[in-house]
Amino acid sequence: MVNLRQLAKKEERLGPGHRMCPGCPQTMIVRLVTKATDSPVVVANATGCLEVSTTIYPFSAWRVPWIHNAFENSAATISGVEAAYKALKKKGKIDKDVKFLVFAGDGGTYDIGLQSLSGALERGHNFVYVCLDNEGYMNTGIQRSSATPFGAWTNTSQVGSILKGKQEFKKDLTSVVASHHIPYVAQASPSNVQDLFKKAKKAFETEGPAFINVLAPCVPGWKYPSEQSMEIARLAVDSCFWPLYEIENGKYTLNYDPGEKKIPIIKWLEKQKRFRHLLKPENQHIVEKLQQHVDAMWENIKRLSEN
Amino acid sequence: MVTENHDKKGWKEIPIGGIIEEAGNAERYKTGTWRSFRPVHHPEKCTNCMICWVNCPDTAIKAGDVNSPDKGLVGKNDDPNLANFGGFDYEHCKGCGICAAVCPTKAIDMHPETEFLDKEGEE
Amino acid sequence: MVKKVLKALTGAECVAEAMRQINPDVVAAYPITPQTPIMHAFSQFVADGKVDTEFVTVESEHSAMSATVGASAAGSRAMTATSSNGLALMWEVVHIAASTRLPIVMNVVNRALSGPINIHCDHSDSMGCRDAGWIQLYSETGEEAYHNTIMAVRIAEHPDVLLPVMVCQDGFITSHSVETSEILDDETVKNFIGEHNGHHPLLKTENPVTVGPLDLFDYYFEHKRQQLDAMERAKPIIQSIFDEFGAIVGRKIEFFEPYMLDDAEEAVICLSSSCGTLRHVVDELRKQGRKVGLLKVRVFRPFDQNKLAEMIRHIPVVGVMDRSASFGAFGGPVFMEVRNAIADESQKPLTVNYIYGLGGREFTVEQAKQVFDELRQVRESGNPGIKVRTLGVRE
Repeated sequence: MVNLRQLAKKEERLGPGHRMCPGCPQTMIVRLVTKATDSPVVVANATGCLEVSTTIYPFSAWRVPWIHNAFENSAATISGVEAAYKALKKKGKIDKDVKFLVFAGDGGTYDIGLQSLSGALERGHNFVYVCLDNEGYMNTGIQRSSATPFGAWTNTSQVGSILKGKQEFKKDLTSVVASHHIPYVAQASPSNVQDLFKKAKKAFETEGPAFINVLAPCVPGWKYPSEQSMEIARLAVDSCFWPLYEIENGKYTLNYDPGEKKIPIIKWLEKQKRFRHLLKPENQHIVEKLQQHVDAMWENIKRLSEN
Repeated sequence: MVTENHDKKGWKEIPIGGIIEEAGNAERYKTGTWRSFRPVHHPEKCTNCMICWVNCPDTAIKAGDVNSPDKGLVGKNDDPNLANFGGFDYEHCKGCGICAAVCPTKAIDMHPETEFLDKEGEE
Repeated sequence: MVKKVLKALTGAECVAEAMRQINPDVVAAYPITPQTPIMHAFSQFVADGKVDTEFVTVESEHSAMSATVGASAAGSRAMTATSSNGLALMWEVVHIAASTRLPIVMNVVNRALSGPINIHCDHSDSMGCRDAGWIQLYSETGEEAYHNTIMAVRIAEHPDVLLPVMVCQDGFITSHSVETSEILDDETVKNFIGEHNGHHPLLKTENPVTVGPLDLFDYYFEHKRQQLDAMERAKPIIQSIFDEFGAIVGRKIEFFEPYMLDDAEEAVICLSSSCGTLRHVVDELRKQGRKVGLLKVRVFRPFDQNKLAEMIRHIPVVGVMDRSASFGAFGGPVFMEVRNAIADESQKPLTVNYIYGLGGREFTVEQAKQVFDELRQVRESGNPGIKVRTLGVRE
């Protein structure tokens, strides 16, 4: 357990004055993750909400070296930074221990940046990749991504007389990453601060690539009041829609099991207006299908964690 | 806030390559003007657990020391190695209300800014 | 003491040799024909411990340029190489490298862009990104590619330039042909390029910088104005680096290299390997008493229009060779630059554009003679006729 009162004594690596939406949990996640190491950190940020809102020229909220290159290439960019570090260290031009960290959204990770991420994982660069998964292209105005859940409304998965939101299930990216057999993979949530901090710390301490997929509720995209971000994230965890687990050198550990307190998915859906069509009686089959999918995925994680 | 065009620097006066040399200078951009609800702290209910601080997306809850005038008054607070509630940074707080929502002792509540308009006249 | 050794090398091997001597901190590259032999040779240098380079074998050219940008922004000396569709895939990041003012050196082994897919030489790849903000050097031979690569490091890293440099050579024609090239000793190259410490490097963590922020209507234009200025300022700096290196290798190196231009009645302007063919034909025609000449363009970006105008304004007719097409435009990219450069001259040549050699179509001695014959007709008639012509294509 990290003592928050001690943690609050540490320097902030992302300062105020950024223009993220009120209540967006992404910057809370960034603040917490960047406090999980005492080493200097270089951040690569994919195009997205965090990138545009924290660095509107001539202002930057970042107090650590930070680079944005493009949307789909943050893993390749950090590969280059890390390679430069290794080369300069070998030549004796640098001696300190530096950590390398990527922040990218689900668009920049699940979709357009997947190839770049896969390549960097396979090459084994020493870096931490944090996906801030807000389940859609929110920066461009709420379009569906492969991370958008089944049944969710977005501007490109509209609810109409025939189609009722997104027709496909959310991509299981954490498993895709796990298939690269990198030393550390985890799923986390801002609602579970201790768990997220512990995972970030482990990721920084890992030699080689580490990946953390963090659910990041989106006030305008998921459509809920701004003060509920952490509550919405907690319901995703308690419904087992977003299991908290980690894979250390191939070994699965389930970090949190709500047990009898597991809530039905509808309790998570009903808080978000992107799912409001699912509250209608005629759409109950969609909720049921999503519930079955969530249950199957949850059972699978539990089974993998038992071994 | 954003300055007028004639106040902005010319191309010879800014670093090349779009680089921002001054780390964290966004602090000068006051997002507090966005706020329509203001968090208000009640020290008599606060334990200085810093859960509000860790959850704040805007770094707008200050980490205070043992002398913080805003520190919570519940429990033992005076350890120099531990932070106390240090007040709000109203210049940057956007009024999202997360701090009030996550506070386990309900030591923060949200008030419409209009309440403060009445009291302070022009704010 | 400068030592020079003659070696039988392909153009690709010449560039790999330059890269070995430069010993960059990071090389990130992805395979594509005809660039691959550069990376094969360089990989061997890495395997044999002849370089200290971190060799990042990325999963695409997009990532090659992205990693090179990261490495350069971090403060290291970073290089890459590509061809054709690889350069096209890098496209987005090619612009980012220039606007971030990163002194990256990239060898481009020129190959026709798809489609249809073709692996042979033309200049559609590098000409397509002539407005990306990179300095572009073109090489007639493997030895020139070797020289250009070494000089490119100095040009790119010059504090008053800080722009990426693309060194181009012709795919297969140059990259895969063995010629005798004069290679300098390692120490001379090392001393010539000097140390690199980066400009606002990310790895100077005690001085954290933000690289690549969101730059909207308030300042984007100012940053573009700086790029325009850097290209202009680069012109005398490039020439002074050419002079310095020229003294080492014993050659005069210029933006535009003239051959028999002084009394020429017809001249041809050309880039890269075709200059060899044209020079041979100039020699033959000169023996027949024809007053013909050649002007080789070595630096296409920045384009020194004043220098060009000065060198060709007295020539009655000039043919401009373009190994790429600009569909829907009035001529190819080189033609447009040449016409633009002489537009305000009171005395100026008649100009004819030749689109030639696309997709590796052979540029022959006969074609070169045909060009000079047609230029003579233009001079004699005083009428350029069709100003944009294709050469060596079947009707």
